[in-house]
Amino acid sequence: MAKSAKGKTKPKTSGPMIDDDSVWVLGTHMTKFGRYPDHDAVDLASMSAIAALQDGGVTIHDMDVFAAGTLFQASSGMAQQVQKQIGQTGIPAYNVSNACATGATALRTVMLSIKAGEADMGLAVGVEQMGKMGLLGGAGSKKEAKVFAPSGRYGAVTGTDGYIGTAGMPGVFAQAGMAYAYENDGVGFEQFAKVAYKNHLHSTLNPLAQYQKEFSLDEVMGAPVMSYPNTLLMCCPTGDGAAAAVLVSGERLKSMPKKVQKRAVKISASILTSDPWTSSAQVQPDVNTLTRNAAAQAYEQAGVGPDDLDLVELHDCFATAELIHYDNLGLCEPGGAGDFIDSGAPFRDGRTPVNVSGGLISKGHPIGATGIANIYEVATHLRGEAGDRQVKGAKVGLAHVIGLGSACGVHILEKAA
Amino acid sequence: MTVKQVPLVDYLHIGARPYLKAKACTSCGARFFDRRIACGNCGAQEFENARVRNQGVVTSFTIVHRAAPGIPAPYVSAIIETDDGTSVRSNVVNCEPDPERVKLGMKVKLTTYSIGTDDEGTEAIAFGYEPA
Repeated sequence: MAKSAKGKTKPKTSGPMIDDDSVWVLGTHMTKFGRYPDHDAVDLASMSAIAALQDGGVTIHDMDVFAAGTLFQASSGMAQQVQKQIGQTGIPAYNVSNACATGATALRTVMLSIKAGEADMGLAVGVEQMGKMGLLGGAGSKKEAKVFAPSGRYGAVTGTDGYIGTAGMPGVFAQAGMAYAYENDGVGFEQFAKVAYKNHLHSTLNPLAQYQKEFSLDEVMGAPVMSYPNTLLMCCPTGDGAAAAVLVSGERLKSMPKKVQKRAVKISASILTSDPWTSSAQVQPDVNTLTRNAAAQAYEQAGVGPDDLDLVELHDCFATAELIHYDNLGLCEPGGAGDFIDSGAPFRDGRTPVNVSGGLISKGHPIGATGIANIYEVATHLRGEAGDRQVKGAKVGLAHVIGLGSACGVHILEKAA
Repeated sequence: MTVKQVPLVDYLHIGARPYLKAKACTSCGARFFDRRIACGNCGAQEFENARVRNQGVVTSFTIVHRAAPGIPAPYVSAIIETDDGTSVRSNVVNCEPDPERVKLGMKVKLTTYSIGTDDEGTEAIAFGYEPA
């Protein structure tokens, strides 16, 4: 990797100092993503929570706050159910749901408690058990109405999915990508397909990925079409899994042994945005503006730029989404996302490796877990503990999630000294 | 016997010369198709009806092959920018669902079609855009 040619915006000879006001990842874990017919979401979340505590060398008795994120079991009291498995210590427990940004929002909930001075240490877990849910987003509501009577905010007399365009996720994100192709040269089916080729290739080195199988570009492009240009191999699967992180204040971390400090990873930026109004977003979710806003705020908060990033985990729910986020996160020249993938830049050995975990497309996307699993991935590389898929010498990484509606979380992590 | 017709959604005006009607914020001009309490852009609470131009271009599309149960596929879903700058999501109709036929930047115009008749004999009319 020709890192020296990238023009770093600040020297990175040593890691960040431990400021009292800073917040750090002390321990983290993710389960392998996949199918767990013999476990439920409480099992998965509890297993991951305990493993993250062990990773940080602490126990539930050290935690001052707890947040649990899940989307499909949002009203289940997941946090309290997990507490009943891993330790009911009476601390504040938050149940968090925020679309695909649920995990990142749970993490931020703990972080905000630490920032506010209410907690020195806290635990965040994200979990989802989806099984084989099939297509998300499309209501499948087009059953013939007995009587056409207007209802809802649009006065619709029957289901509109399939009549007024698509509400299915593969199609919504296909349209997001095709809007970029309309506005920029050098972007088409092949560029979108290369994203999926890359992520499947990356996943072969990640034992925690739901799928670890390489597919040729021809196989990606020749797979059954879900919503053109997204073929089956360009869509993330449904699945089960959990991820967890223990966060600690800088002030508390300073009192810990040096070897604990060495493995700690600094959260240099933690940003959550929602949609500013744009004229087209009432008919097509705008996944760009809030991501651009989040990225700009994150870079400013962390004092780093896109060229400083050694790896990026971004929200590739569909191949079309990853491509446009190269531009939204400033990883490429404006309008240059097609050139960026064509040049090989986001491959593991490229200029800015993107989704070396295999991404959502191949690692999997148990929704509530995703926004902490990407923190796990980046932190593991910064610690130099990522095994065969290790990005050599990684010091700074970015984790991005977006949930439709919309919510966007961006975290920038930095290696300790 | 004349068949009673209703629009699929209340922002579609049906009849001899169909068009889409938006609610335009009197303060900032932002346009909406849904029932509004206030404007998502500026927060103002007054709206006036605006007739959306029937002509536009396809600024994005997808060809849906795997649809939710009960929805015939393949079909073309698209984002249309009308000549007055309003964004509309719609199917593209009277056009083969093939990436060689549907093109980004393609000029289209509004059309309507029947999607069926209910138990009381009322016919629902949907809108789509067809190549212009």
